[in-house]
Amino acid sequence: MASYRYPNVAASEITPRSVWLDRRRFLAGVGTAAALPLIGGGVAHAAALKTTPGPFTIDEEPTAKSDVTSYNNFYEFGTGKADPSANSGDFRPEPWTLEVDGLVGKPQKFDLDSLHAFPLEDRTYRMRCVEAWSMVIPWVGFPLAALLDRVEPLGSAKYVAFETVVRPEEMPGQRGLFQPLEWPYVEGLRLDEARHPLTILSVGLYGETLPKQNGAPVRLVVPWKYGFKGIKSIVRMTLVEEEPVTSWSRLAPQEYGFYANVNPEVDHPRWSQASETRVGEGGFFNAARRPTLPFNGYADEVASLYAGMDLRKNY
Amino acid sequence: MAQVEARSVQAKPAQGRTARAKPWNWRPASIWALYAVGFVPAVWYFYLGATGQIAGNAVKEFEHLLGIWALRFLIAALTVTPLRDLAGVNLLRYRRALGLLAFWYVLMHFLTYMVLDQNLNLGTILADIAKRPFITIGMACLVLLIPLAATSNAWSIRRLGPNWQRLHKLSYLIVLGAATHFAMSVKVVTAEPFIYLLIAFVLVGYRALRPRIMRWKKARRLAESAR
Repeated sequence: MASYRYPNVAASEITPRSVWLDRRRFLAGVGTAAALPLIGGGVAHAAALKTTPGPFTIDEEPTAKSDVTSYNNFYEFGTGKADPSANSGDFRPEPWTLEVDGLVGKPQKFDLDSLHAFPLEDRTYRMRCVEAWSMVIPWVGFPLAALLDRVEPLGSAKYVAFETVVRPEEMPGQRGLFQPLEWPYVEGLRLDEARHPLTILSVGLYGETLPKQNGAPVRLVVPWKYGFKGIKSIVRMTLVEEEPVTSWSRLAPQEYGFYANVNPEVDHPRWSQASETRVGEGGFFNAARRPTLPFNGYADEVASLYAGMDLRKNY
Repeated sequence: MAQVEARSVQAKPAQGRTARAKPWNWRPASIWALYAVGFVPAVWYFYLGATGQIAGNAVKEFEHLLGIWALRFLIAALTVTPLRDLAGVNLLRYRRALGLLAFWYVLMHFLTYMVLDQNLNLGTILADIAKRPFITIGMACLVLLIPLAATSNAWSIRRLGPNWQRLHKLSYLIVLGAATHFAMSVKVVTAEPFIYLLIAFVLVGYRALRPRIMRWKKARRLAESAR
């Protein structure tokens, strides 16, 4: 007869290590909170989000969260894949202001609460990096069109220009002698691309707020384009008449174009785009490459946006 | 020639002691130890990859790691001569091991690309080699390393005589090619590939200056002994 049973405590009930290591600050916080009822209201780090299932679901296994959050391109924190998760500790995504201006009837500033007030949906999308690897990521977000409706774009607006935050003191990749890109990181979409129901502003993944390395607190997700179009930590969106400059096409125009639609027929000058490695699939020895699909498998939804365009020229 | 020199240096202290019990010769063991240590990065990362402990695109990460270590061993092999000339540190007996480690790492780098990354898709591999300059250069470096690795034995050195030295000057071209291959493969300009390129240029540039430096050193030695 067993005289002792191990307590069966659910993992979720155990205080996370980071919290108990920080218990003194927590107690100090409780004291401050009693005196000044200002704490709260903000969105806690990795907080659960209230979501509803969104459209465009795909029947593919989501990539492990550990891969999604530790293998990133976010050059503001360094050019290595592990740099964004390792070097983003000082980054403060709260409070945040996303400013929307330019050719709009109602220029507005959105804080985190107002972004989280949009009806949040679960959207599991394929993500194809221009470096020929891919993931399946369960994003949480809302259609960019919903936000654009609030600011009422003028008839003259043809493009949306996006801008990432510049904070060298919090982003080690933005300081130092060698700067890989010009800051701020800038991206752009044609207005009809921006309004497409597939295009979302994401505020989370795997049901929780976005980790810093994935572009906290708000980023763009355009699943039929290469990953670099998904600009992270956005502070500004400007509606404009002319095609805006984008970071990668400014750096290497012969390698990266404005459109950057996923296209197995058009190679990157230095590697083939015909196939891709799905991260985490098949392991080390069976990392079978899968064929890359036109528009990353979203051709039915978006190919009509480019009717009559030469996609070899407009890569 | 250089090999013979190394051996005579090695022989001297041993001769003095032959009268007594022959001391344990640690030198061959130290060379084997270098091989053992040299393969640690490859074995360790292979283990991490095989057990699913490399995050993200594990095969690519492993492939890049092998490439960077190949370049490091090439650089180490080509540092032996300037180190002896300028600092008086003689590591000549380790040079062959360093060169062969570079060769094995280049081969593993290519095999990882060919088997684990491209799944032996020969059409894509040949197209890559033909169409993409940085891969063409990398492939050329691997091909050029083969005769060097094949002649890295005492028999070949004797057999080829002065031609051995001439043949092995290919290593200068290879280190420049390897550093260029690395610099051309990256997406953005960062410090790392340029540091490797700079080191490669300095090492090869030193060879151009070397006859002058050696003449000057010899003259100084003669002047000193005449005093």
